[in-house]
Amino acid sequence: MSDEAIDVPRVGRWPKTKPIAARRSRAVLKQAGLHLVLLVVAAYFAFPFFWLVTSSLKDATQIFVFPPVLWPNPIKWINYPVAFEEMHFAHYLVNTLTVTVPSVVGTLISSAMPAYAFSRLNWPGRDLVFVLVLGTMMLPFAVTMIPVYLLFHALGWIGTYLPLIVPHFFGGAFFIFLLRQFFLSIPIEISEAAEIDGANELRIFLQMIIPLSRPVIATTVLLSFIWTYNEFLQPLIYLTNDSMYTLALGIVTFVGSNIQKWELLMAAAVMYCVPNIVLYFFAQKHFIKGIATTGMKS
Amino acid sequence: MFFIAPWVIGFVAFTAGPMAASLYYSFTDFNVLQPPIWVGASNYMHLVTDDEYFFQALNNTLYMVVVGIPATQVFAFITALLLNVKVKGIPAYRTLYFLPAIMPEVPITLIWAWIFNPQLGPVNAAISALGLVPPLWLSGPTWAKPTLILLGIWQVGTTTAIYLAGLQGVPQEMYEAAMIDGAGPLARLRQITIPLTSPVIAFNTIVGIIFFFQYFTQAYVASSTQGGQVGGVENSLLFYAVYLYQNAFQYLKMGYASAMSWLLFLIVMAVTLLSLYGSSRWVYYEVRQR
Repeated sequence: MSDEAIDVPRVGRWPKTKPIAARRSRAVLKQAGLHLVLLVVAAYFAFPFFWLVTSSLKDATQIFVFPPVLWPNPIKWINYPVAFEEMHFAHYLVNTLTVTVPSVVGTLISSAMPAYAFSRLNWPGRDLVFVLVLGTMMLPFAVTMIPVYLLFHALGWIGTYLPLIVPHFFGGAFFIFLLRQFFLSIPIEISEAAEIDGANELRIFLQMIIPLSRPVIATTVLLSFIWTYNEFLQPLIYLTNDSMYTLALGIVTFVGSNIQKWELLMAAAVMYCVPNIVLYFFAQKHFIKGIATTGMKS
Repeated sequence: MFFIAPWVIGFVAFTAGPMAASLYYSFTDFNVLQPPIWVGASNYMHLVTDDEYFFQALNNTLYMVVVGIPATQVFAFITALLLNVKVKGIPAYRTLYFLPAIMPEVPITLIWAWIFNPQLGPVNAAISALGLVPPLWLSGPTWAKPTLILLGIWQVGTTTAIYLAGLQGVPQEMYEAAMIDGAGPLARLRQITIPLTSPVIAFNTIVGIIFFFQYFTQAYVASSTQGGQVGGVENSLLFYAVYLYQNAFQYLKMGYASAMSWLLFLIVMAVTLLSLYGSSRWVYYEVRQR
């Protein structure tokens, strides 16, 4: 949306340089104004990170002052090892990964398969069932939470990791949608050529479609990892033994027993967020594309 | 058929089956230790007539929906407009704006509680410095929910990303044509931008509504910072999903909680259908759909 005005020819002379200069300075002013607004909003987004990190490096004496100090002095790097130890970070991280990694694998396999069926296979009722899949995304979790819990209770799985992992092997509506949209964009000729060569659907799926789908698979792995990593309610209801807690539960327990040690809590929070930040910077494109695609195609 | 199998099994086992089961349980008194006892509609009756916490929970949740949705959607839309301009360094801004949305809810809520700490936090420091009365934020009944709304606004990154994609789908020629006709920025916004992104607005709004009706994690963690009373000070943070959780897993009133969950389902259904109907009225589609 530039300011390039359309030159309307006018009868008579007028100085050529002045309007251009005026236009340029207006453009510069506009750019400056936009930068200002962007910076103000950026401050809102950035400040919590700033406060998080500086608080995590403060000494306890600098936490309990009002008004608060802006910058830690001395910088207590030691808060991190202390928090790491006291909240059993390593242990909980391992627990969290024990849940997250199989979940991601399960999600990928069990979402790609239906996505293939909804996009590259033709069968009666296909689109109707797909609408049903989408419909499940609108279901409030609470409606199925209790009976699912009771199901796991009957199976004796409460207090294990199974209720957190197994459901991921049965398809995730969001990822089915995401993968289907991508599969739809692969030219039909690819499947047809393979069919002529005598391949059945499974082979086409595994040997042709999947290798072509690296970007969307990357997005799926990324997003499902992050979402499982961030999960709170599920571990809360299914994990009874605090040695099995995931990081999410671990940090809340840590809060309970260390309510005043804000510098340690903030250090714990930073460590918790590290995987998210790292993954984000590595794969920002995939995040944005994945999220944007779902919004657009809906 | 083989390809669909995982989803179908999952649908029956984790969606359809449980929905039917929870409907059944909602008419029973069930504490897991003993078999369920049929009590007819008394769970529902009790919820709607006798249970003050129910109405508090519903109120709190509706507050989040009614206040949170406009707040987050408007902010996300404006932010997307901002991120759509041609300014040097826009990719850096985008990275920063999207970052909070990817953060895990639990530590983020803790950070928020710390920043808004009434006695020690920077927000109240700034407010006091300006000579105003610093509010109690999460520690008081009035400002607890607005604090969470501010957190919701901070985390609009995904919504903004979707809006941005929508904005970039608006053909540039429309703006140029409008500018030739002398339309100013506000008119361009009203006549071009908003109508042509209205499908995205509808999508984001509906997704947001569903999200706020199930609001749980941030509420639970926020109230855990206030001395662990689930539901916050004076139950200002007692949201529907939180109260449901309490009934099911703390009081072991599974039947009662099931009734709550079905009521929630009906409410969300109604609101979603209303939104879909509303969107079919004023959403503009480039290609006429059905």
